[in-house]
Amino acid sequence: MAIVFIPTLLRPLTGGRGSVEAEGATVRQVIESLEMAWPGIRERLMENDRLRPNISVAVDGEVTPMGLLEAVSPSSEVHFIAAIKGGSAAVL
Amino acid sequence: MSTEQYTVVGTRPVRHDGVDKVTGRAQYGADLQMAGLLYGYVLRSPHAHARIKRIDTSKAEKFPGVKAVITAADFPPTPERMVDLGEGDTPLSYARGNVLAGAKALYRGHAIAAVAATSIHVAEEAASLIEVDYEVLPAVLTAPEAMQDGASILHEDLRTKEFGEQTGRVSNVSEHFRHTMGDIAAGFAEAEVIIEREFNTATVHQGYIEPHNATALWNNDGRVLVWCSTQGAFVVRDVTACLLDVPVSHVRVTPMEIGGGFGGKIPVYIEPVAALLSKKTGKPVKIVMSRKDVFEGTGPTPGSYMKVKVGARKDGRITAAQAYLAYEAGAYPGAMVGPGAMCVFAAYDIANVVIDGFDVVVNKPSTAAYRAPGATNAAFATETVLDEIAEKLGIDPLDLRLKNAAKEGTRRADGPKYRRVGCVEVLEAMKNHPHYSAPLGGPNRGRGVAIGFWFNVGLPSSCNISVTADGTVNLVEGSTDIGGTRTSIAMQAAEVLGIPAEAVRPTVVDTDSIGFTAVTGGSRTTFATGWAAYEAAQDVVRQMKERAAKLWETDAASVTLERGVFRSGEKSMTFAELASKIDQTGGPVVGRGAVNPKGAGGSFSGNIVDVEVDPETGKVTILRFTAVQDVGKAIHPSYVEGQMQGGSAQGIGWALNEEYYMSRDGSMMNSSLLDYRMPTALDLPMIDTVIVEVPNPGHPFGVRGVGEANIVPPPGAIANAIYRAAGVRMRRLPMNPPAIMEAIWSQRD
Repeated sequence: MAIVFIPTLLRPLTGGRGSVEAEGATVRQVIESLEMAWPGIRERLMENDRLRPNISVAVDGEVTPMGLLEAVSPSSEVHFIAAIKGGSAAVL
Repeated sequence: MSTEQYTVVGTRPVRHDGVDKVTGRAQYGADLQMAGLLYGYVLRSPHAHARIKRIDTSKAEKFPGVKAVITAADFPPTPERMVDLGEGDTPLSYARGNVLAGAKALYRGHAIAAVAATSIHVAEEAASLIEVDYEVLPAVLTAPEAMQDGASILHEDLRTKEFGEQTGRVSNVSEHFRHTMGDIAAGFAEAEVIIEREFNTATVHQGYIEPHNATALWNNDGRVLVWCSTQGAFVVRDVTACLLDVPVSHVRVTPMEIGGGFGGKIPVYIEPVAALLSKKTGKPVKIVMSRKDVFEGTGPTPGSYMKVKVGARKDGRITAAQAYLAYEAGAYPGAMVGPGAMCVFAAYDIANVVIDGFDVVVNKPSTAAYRAPGATNAAFATETVLDEIAEKLGIDPLDLRLKNAAKEGTRRADGPKYRRVGCVEVLEAMKNHPHYSAPLGGPNRGRGVAIGFWFNVGLPSSCNISVTADGTVNLVEGSTDIGGTRTSIAMQAAEVLGIPAEAVRPTVVDTDSIGFTAVTGGSRTTFATGWAAYEAAQDVVRQMKERAAKLWETDAASVTLERGVFRSGEKSMTFAELASKIDQTGGPVVGRGAVNPKGAGGSFSGNIVDVEVDPETGKVTILRFTAVQDVGKAIHPSYVEGQMQGGSAQGIGWALNEEYYMSRDGSMMNSSLLDYRMPTALDLPMIDTVIVEVPNPGHPFGVRGVGEANIVPPPGAIANAIYRAAGVRMRRLPMNPPAIMEAIWSQRD
């Protein structure tokens, strides 16, 4: 299962855990898996069936513009990052 | 280290655009002329914070020679929505608001209205007749001031967000985030020395020599044609289409030559304004900013307030590090605090880390990227604190850094683990450089060191290559050439094709003529567009092998290409010989490359700097400066050295002189290059460069971006040198003569 690193400000939702394991072949599936285990986390990460504005996702250390569609492997690391302008490393 | 031998990569050919530039034939936006051209002038707010109660343009409209006047009311009546302009979602009203102010002016220089006329002088005169009724409001100019309870609020609709949670707090803090790793309390408990310091850095501008310019024609067929100076023609296209509410296919942007950008020519300011004026007049309209407009109306890099605390054992091992970063976003959310937080401790392998970032709006121009945006502020804090720790522990400052240096497998506090990186190699090159052990040679002199990191990015790029009958190729790409990338991209294609760099003719084209290509920024162009050229060249090679196979009546799989010669058995033919036969073997050969690569590979850089401080005046003279950087593989070493020297010179200016000198009411008091003191060649010694090549495993030639990491360490290195020269620790930028004298006098007291 992929390892998902939980942003510090979301850790109250995961009982303080900094990282958890989650199943899923895409980021969307990983979030659904997280939601099953830690209800409420999906709402903090997603809005209108997409990642919330100002949140980016990095899979294996690479911020991806594919967002929820990005592929995740069982050995992947997934990070959710505060994507303040420039913070997503998207356009600098 | 790089050991791969190449034919073209790593050489120093003359740049393809060199002749046009040295003979003055290169076309910049301000040079553009066309039939019926009108001239635009933008009226800007004289107040840093004011409600706009009424705008009366009637007198200006009647002024002889005036063809149109516009305000924000001329934007199409689009309902408010979130728009993604490539930098994350933002409200449409914010995106439009920075182009033409809506209900409020949020900084002095904020665009309020614009005039198109038969001459720029007529337009300027008419703009002075526009009557604006302002209700002046208190201005907040720094992050700490804006974060105070009871501070004047810029946006009544702005609520602080904390990672997806709307706190509901109306405030000037747009966003707060935190990165945590390990156990910070345990880390500090383990430390035997702890240093905690506060830092402030001033707002500075990128200082590109060519002001912003844009010409637009709203054509009768509904298409909007734009010519401008930009780091990203596709960003201009997409943003202009969004703000004007037209389909993206209705906008064509032609990037003109560009006289510098450094991140500051990514945002869009005047293109939609010129387009609206053109729509109203039916004529092309050109707007060229003055230097004052550039300083007051475009995006500088954020000023900041920072606290950094680092703990270490007596052996020099860092046990914990904590940072509080409050960056000024300017008028609209989006300070570069995200990357600042990613980079603040990025050069070090530290188990226990907490980083808090705050994105704070203030009454200054909306900030933009500037070469490794956010990282220079943060490194200034970290690198001076580390210098104090080294001093307290009696450890050589480079040894302290080597003991804690990030390496493959190190995890940054924001999450990712490094693949192969060159931090250790950079530090070793610094330690082994003769500069580090050379005598200082006089009193009031000191030597400082610092290192820095920038992560670089990939993002989409496109490239087409067509073969001509004389054995040359035309390479078409969409990346604005700021630092010699026509050549560094062409060289990668030439290497694959086995032809000289001079046999590739690179051209930067408009947005209708090439696939989407992201901005020239993030140190991505030689990496990503170079990769697209590599793929396009591979496509050409594949097709040329098929042509050779056809001529030789053999299987294409048996054809090889080595150093520009195709072979199959006993038969051989040069690239040029085969190119002369493409018509008879099937017609044109066109290769295509389109990539969205991962694996950009971060770059580390370091400085050794010697200074002399005049104890009577506080003037700092840079005596010697050595810049060291891991560049992966240097495609064109001269351009790499140029990037390193340019970043160093800008970092020196940021460290010693540059600042937005603000009056209490929020006016910039030094909005000319006479008063905004950037270093010139007369101020600096030759900047020595050391290229370290730790190939990036994520690129065909091992390229890492080289354009940004070099601006990160100079302020920290210079502050540390000043300490050794004058005995004062500087915690505020710029470290100009008054600041240094104040520090010296306070120490005497």
